[in-house]
Amino acid sequence: MIRIDKLTKSFGKFRALDGIGLTLEKGQAVSLLGPNGSGKTTLIKSILGLVIPEKGSITINGQLIRNHPSYRANIGYMPQIGRYPDNMTIDQVLHMIKDIRKEHTQYDEELYVSFGLDKIKHKKMRTLSGGTRQKVSACIAFLFSPDIYILDEPTAGLDPVANELLKDKIAAECARGKLVLITSHVLSDLDGLTSHIIYLQDGQLMFHESIGQLQERTGETKLNKIIANILKNADRKQICIS
Amino acid sequence: MTSIRTILLFLLLVPAGLSAAVIRTGPGSLLQHALDRAQPGDTILVAPGLYKQHEIVVRTPVTIIGENYPVFDGENKYQILIVSADKVNIQGITVQNTGRSSMVDMAGIRLQNVSRVTVSNCRVLNTTYGVYLQGSRFCVIENNEIRSSATDELQAGNGVHAWKSDSLLIRNNKISGHRDGIYFEFVTGSAIIGNISTNNVRYGLHFMFSHNDGYSRNIFRHNGAGVAVMYSKKVVMTGNTFGEHWGDASYGILLKDISDSRIEHNNFAHNTIGIFMEGSNRIHVLRNTFNANGWAMRVQASCEGNTIETNNFTENSFDVATNGTLMLNTWRDNYWDKYEGYDLNRDGTGDVPYHPVSVYSILSERIPSTMILYRSFLTNIIDQAEKIMPSIIPDQLRDDSPKTKKWKL
Amino acid sequence: MLTVSKYVFLDLLKNRSILVYTLVLAVLSFTLLGLDGNSAKGLLSLLNITLLFVPVITTLFSAIYFFNSLEFIELLLSQPVKRTGILLSEYAGMALSLSAAFVAGVGVPLMILLPVGASFVLILCGVMLTFVFTSIGLLIFVLSRDKTRGIGAAIIVSLFFTLLFDGLMMAFIFAFSEYPIDKAVVAMIGLNPVDLARILMLLQLDVAVLMGYSGALFKEFLGSSSGSIFAVGCMLIWIVAPLLLALRIFKKKDL
Repeated sequence: MIRIDKLTKSFGKFRALDGIGLTLEKGQAVSLLGPNGSGKTTLIKSILGLVIPEKGSITINGQLIRNHPSYRANIGYMPQIGRYPDNMTIDQVLHMIKDIRKEHTQYDEELYVSFGLDKIKHKKMRTLSGGTRQKVSACIAFLFSPDIYILDEPTAGLDPVANELLKDKIAAECARGKLVLITSHVLSDLDGLTSHIIYLQDGQLMFHESIGQLQERTGETKLNKIIANILKNADRKQICIS
Repeated sequence: MTSIRTILLFLLLVPAGLSAAVIRTGPGSLLQHALDRAQPGDTILVAPGLYKQHEIVVRTPVTIIGENYPVFDGENKYQILIVSADKVNIQGITVQNTGRSSMVDMAGIRLQNVSRVTVSNCRVLNTTYGVYLQGSRFCVIENNEIRSSATDELQAGNGVHAWKSDSLLIRNNKISGHRDGIYFEFVTGSAIIGNISTNNVRYGLHFMFSHNDGYSRNIFRHNGAGVAVMYSKKVVMTGNTFGEHWGDASYGILLKDISDSRIEHNNFAHNTIGIFMEGSNRIHVLRNTFNANGWAMRVQASCEGNTIETNNFTENSFDVATNGTLMLNTWRDNYWDKYEGYDLNRDGTGDVPYHPVSVYSILSERIPSTMILYRSFLTNIIDQAEKIMPSIIPDQLRDDSPKTKKWKL
Repeated sequence: MLTVSKYVFLDLLKNRSILVYTLVLAVLSFTLLGLDGNSAKGLLSLLNITLLFVPVITTLFSAIYFFNSLEFIELLLSQPVKRTGILLSEYAGMALSLSAAFVAGVGVPLMILLPVGASFVLILCGVMLTFVFTSIGLLIFVLSRDKTRGIGAAIIVSLFFTLLFDGLMMAFIFAFSEYPIDKAVVAMIGLNPVDLARILMLLQLDVAVLMGYSGALFKEFLGSSSGSIFAVGCMLIWIVAPLLLALRIFKKKDL
């Protein structure tokens, strides 16, 4: 579904991505992990076309993404920080997004209702808490039922109830054969949700494996234990790459 | 229309007409014949039509009345009507297409050494000189339309041209498209009232060596310059309007070697320079309105003993310009809209003097290119700096009693 | 893409800074025009205010707003839309709302208290300056790495055009006053949109004095309609050129 080939991107002298190659398939829930500055956001933004790589290619559904904004119709994106025009209401923001995509008339508004946003839809974005803004971002990501979800730190700032609602939604979408790409620092949040893990460090791909393989290799079941285990070994042996 | 005219004329002529005869003439016959047969006091009625007759000489004191503007055409070669008798009265005819000549001043209607002649309600079109007076006295030129389309000074003549004459009345004429609308040379004791002089190549009105004259309630617009008064004394200029004289030698009034004159109650609007004064003495400029001119006044250092008082200066780009530092003129009690002083005792007179010559006007005169930065912040900064440390503007040119309220004029 | 412009416009109409800007302009306009009945003097003061406020406020405000919208622009760009479309509509929404503020704050008082030709030209100048400096604000946004630098650049650029440029030009004129520099001076004026707006007003207010200077260029350039055409033409270039440059850069920018 998403094929990434030798993707390289530098910001000045800093190499944010260094020859990344990946293939992501339908129905996978992929966790994108790595320390700060490892290139997670750059990778996501490359897929979204927000960052323009200097080398390599990204193919989505067999189509090269360069200069074709239409491919983004298949992607729902939830940014890490949701900032909106101060004086627009929740209602106006959603209308605006819908207006931009006039050709799309079927909306998935499950989260909108379950988050209770419909009850506060006339509130201005300026007055909303960070968590509520995250909820709006989540709604927008799921609004058009895309085939691919890219969620950047989706659970940060969400209250536990909303957190669970969102995880359920993600799981349900996965079950419907969608591809979900998530970054998160809170590894426990990804437990039971993730089918694959991608680990980036210094712009390089450390590993890309399924949860099953990893559990087998490390003998651990919890995600944070698995990661800790691998990192310890990696320090010693400089192994990896799947 | 014609019948009403005839009735009116009839009523007019009844009291005098008892002894005088009324002679009728038409395009078929020569006006000169009718004139030659007429007795003094007779009236000649000229029927409508085109008369290709020229150099017609009026030698008898008669009244010539055109019915519905009969047209006398000089075919671009000849002069048309020459009056050499006193007490001739010409009304309601059209005179057109005189020739142009460098030898003779070609005139539509020429008054030669006569007195008490009246030319009224005539149309004088496309002539080199419209109405030409020489050595004439007590003549009246009124309600005429004198129109031509001159484009350069050398080829053209004047609308009303008076030379060595006295006691003339030039009233309510509309004059346009000549070299000078009205030209006076060696003309004394005359009045120019209520004329509209526009679009003349040189001046709307031009005085040379003409003393004790006055002009009032005239409108001068869009001429090379409005009025030029040169080498004359005791000229009274009141109630006139001067507008839209634009160009590097364009003025409302140009005064050159004038003395003992008065400029009162005139209105100067949208002229490059309202009044330009050079070598002029003892001129009293009062109660005039200067609005939206480039410079309201330019007073050269060669002027002395002039008094400029109780005028309104509003919306002018620059109020006053001069070319020296010596100032022997008096400025007082004027209203200047650029005045920023205060009036603590509220007597209507500002407590600090006003300097009508602005720094920027001096600056732009030395280096014209700086004009392109006029009204930028720099202008304000320079003005303020000059106020704190005066160094460029002539300190003597100032109004010590500037008014804080506009005069109602 | 008008949809985005519409929402940007609606958002900005409720923006407090814009409201304050409108209000300050309106108060200034009414007081300056209403004072002592000399409306022409008021018009001049309004011209000065327009030439100072519009460039500075527009550049600063638009740059800050664009920086604050960066995340939202990213979100919009995750939709199947073109970058240029989104940026253009952000620009249009911004320029239109600032123009609306100017027209409400200066235009309406002028139309009520002094409905003459020069007032119309002043309003036109204000609106054109708004579009020019929104373009410049957008260019600064696209060129700057972060908000702080962007705001710094916006302040410097707007002060350069409002104050510094004229000073440099005056120095140039003084230094070369012996030479035939009229053409160079007119060309230099084209490099500053604030001066162009001022020239347009000068042609309304001071044509009589401009005709008084000898020098063919002044008379031909400033004394006829070609001066106005030149000024308006240059202003339009000042609107379009930074905008196109911003769009070009934005196409390849990493967000």
